[in-house]
Amino acid sequence: MEIKERAIYLLITIIASIAILSVILIFVFIAKEALPVLFNPEIRKEANLRLFFSTWDWQPVGLEPKYSFLPLIVGTLKVTLVALIVSLPLSIGAALFTAEFLPRNLREIIKPIIELFSAIPSVVLGFFALMNIASWVQGIFHSVSRLNAVTAGFALAFAVIPITYTICEDALNAVPRELREASLALGATKWQTAVRVVLPAASGGIFAGVMLGFARAMGETMIVLMVSGNAAQITLSLLDSIRTIPATIAAEMGEVAFGSPHYATLFFLGLILFSVTFIVNYVASILIERTQSRLRGGK
Amino acid sequence: MRFRERIYIALTGLTVVIIIGLLGFILFDIVKNGISVISWEFLSQPPKEGMTKGGIFPALYGTLIRVLLMLIFVVPTGIFTAVYLNEYGKGFELSRWIRIAINNLSGVPSIVFGLFGMGFFVLFLRLGAGLLSAALTVGILTLPVVVTSTEEALKSVPNSYREAAFALGATKWQVIRTVVLPQALPGILTGAILSIGRAAGEVAPLLFTGVAYYLPYLPSSIYDQFMDLGYHIYIMTTQSFNIDATRPIQYGSILVLLMLTFSINVVAIFIRSKIRRRSIR
Amino acid sequence: MSERKDSNIKISVKNLNIYYGSFLALKNISLDIPEKSITAIIGPSGCGKSTFLRALNRMNELLPNVRTGGQVIIDGEDIYSLKVDIVALRRKIGMVFQRANPFPKSIFENVAFGLRIQGIKDREKIDEIVELSLRRAALWDEVKNKLYSSALDLSGGQQQRLCIARALAVQPDIILMDEPASALDPIATLRIEELMRELKEEYTIVIVTHNMQQAARVSDFTAFFLTDEGRTGMLIEYGETSQIFTLPKDSRTEGYITGRFG
Repeated sequence: MEIKERAIYLLITIIASIAILSVILIFVFIAKEALPVLFNPEIRKEANLRLFFSTWDWQPVGLEPKYSFLPLIVGTLKVTLVALIVSLPLSIGAALFTAEFLPRNLREIIKPIIELFSAIPSVVLGFFALMNIASWVQGIFHSVSRLNAVTAGFALAFAVIPITYTICEDALNAVPRELREASLALGATKWQTAVRVVLPAASGGIFAGVMLGFARAMGETMIVLMVSGNAAQITLSLLDSIRTIPATIAAEMGEVAFGSPHYATLFFLGLILFSVTFIVNYVASILIERTQSRLRGGK
Repeated sequence: MRFRERIYIALTGLTVVIIIGLLGFILFDIVKNGISVISWEFLSQPPKEGMTKGGIFPALYGTLIRVLLMLIFVVPTGIFTAVYLNEYGKGFELSRWIRIAINNLSGVPSIVFGLFGMGFFVLFLRLGAGLLSAALTVGILTLPVVVTSTEEALKSVPNSYREAAFALGATKWQVIRTVVLPQALPGILTGAILSIGRAAGEVAPLLFTGVAYYLPYLPSSIYDQFMDLGYHIYIMTTQSFNIDATRPIQYGSILVLLMLTFSINVVAIFIRSKIRRRSIR
Repeated sequence: MSERKDSNIKISVKNLNIYYGSFLALKNISLDIPEKSITAIIGPSGCGKSTFLRALNRMNELLPNVRTGGQVIIDGEDIYSLKVDIVALRRKIGMVFQRANPFPKSIFENVAFGLRIQGIKDREKIDEIVELSLRRAALWDEVKNKLYSSALDLSGGQQQRLCIARALAVQPDIILMDEPASALDPIATLRIEELMRELKEEYTIVIVTHNMQQAARVSDFTAFFLTDEGRTGMLIEYGETSQIFTLPKDSRTEGYITGRFG
């Protein structure tokens, strides 16, 4: 009996470790295909770190392959910027409203409705953007192309809003009731309490929500594939077509020769993407943990 | 000054209105344009004449099979991971690392999962590009969803139940198997349902693990390639031969996908709120 | 302590009834609280003491479904009348809670909070009032060198005195304390009681306490509450503390004081 229990315990522990194993494997197997870019002299002749960051064109297919990450980084940043500009005021404002100014029973209805946004697959958002947002953007901004960073950023915002909203709302809600009471008892209004006491107290969680929204915007693939115009170029205007890192990987991996410099470069891009989102995620979770214990703790 | 504050509060309220309005608009637009295309034939026929006629059956089938295959992997793994975290491993260092891992998995972009799926399942394990590789890849992607839901469900089982069972002489595993897990079943179910909803909508992880735009046959083994609703829509809208002619089918397919993920999520939320209301009493 | 009989009445409660939904929490409470004194509200737990206290600064209204009947007249005006500005009311009345609840801000910002929300920007004035309030709360010497460190780093007793300083900074006339020392150790408790005695020279203090000895030590007047079988709270007896504790008029009061129940 005892042996059986021990065996079950061991089995469950091993299964539970699959999560850890997965993260490690993801890193290992992406790095494995990406490392030739750093270490294999054959590969490095065509694609190497210096080229990635000091040249200007991304044209891996052609007579003279060109591998610059800069257009891709610029594209990713543009689209993320637009997404955050659109989504942050909306999600933080909505979180503040639901957590502080809505009566309990309404909050139970409104919160799930907003969170339902996350049930929309990104392909659907991309499609909606293609059908509607692209034309709006062109109409309002008179841009040359319908498919550009603004269109994609707008659609991305729809994907980011539920994430940021949920985390910020949870953070605001976690602020203990006693702090609000103390503030109101001092003669502060509800608004003053919300903005001067609750919001600052939840600031760690809110920042974490922003970070996670940022990571999501940066890593999103399908929306960008469908509406960003897929042009790897470095320009200042947000109304130009762009290429992001995830879209590049998605669009080009299908046509690439196994083991080629292009192949390794795409994996290297994946490695960068993974590392950045990993770090952002890690920092965000520490922030959330620290805010929670700070509010609950004390002597 | 109080008046100015009312305006500020109203402005924040406006954001809620805007968000819900956008949500409604998206739903409305898709339903309005897609509903006329939906019919039994649409759901049960394969595409014909270059996707301008016919239906989406193979794509729908591919999506469902892939998701079901994924469940076989992700549900037991997720349950046991949660069981470890809540029942066996409390206070152990390993638990901390598992949590960190789960947290990070939930933040990894789906294209990175696609790369991993290709590098590990398709190439390294030589499973080839097909249903199995894709299902496993998507399984790892949705693992955090199942773990989180299940853990929440396990936490809500009152300790008194466990103590009573122990006091009657049950072993730890017996307590979990006969008391805790059955009690936590609705929550586990919610997690499984949410993972289905999530997985059905993911396309990027499939790109290099076996999805195809058009196959003349349905997949008959787990190593076969497969079609997928989301991927179908993506290709149709960006690269199909005659984009305008396929437009109605696009809208119809989008509607089906949306209905699928939406209703799955609504069902899960419904079950979850029922559980929460029950445990408050 | 008995010369207070003729002094002015600061708070006059008339026929106060408080409902939570359909449940009557407090029935027909009437009493007059003189200014610049300490009035203690005692009684077994659940008898409505906190509800009564919170009725004095309308904090009950933060809960859903609360209905208040009757009058609470402070400085000649019924605070429940429709034209009363609740925010201004709460500035006139300070509240200290059972568990210290300093904001996760610096010590300085905690005390300055009440001033900032009134729009006071004059830095010198704020500095002055913060120091004054911290002195009055007997905390200045302990924190004057770390005013900008986090309030959460203080001990429990210090945090509670900080909350008192925070309440004093808005210069109220009345201070309400809901079991202010119940979460503190005996030494910290005695310091708070000492503080209360100093404060009553200038402020009207109403404190809820389940600690009878504390009430006897510190207060000038005592009100004894009790619930009936329907769990509705009622005022059983109210009078000068010395009288309540030596010659209670009601047998139930005597029973509680001598420890026969509660």
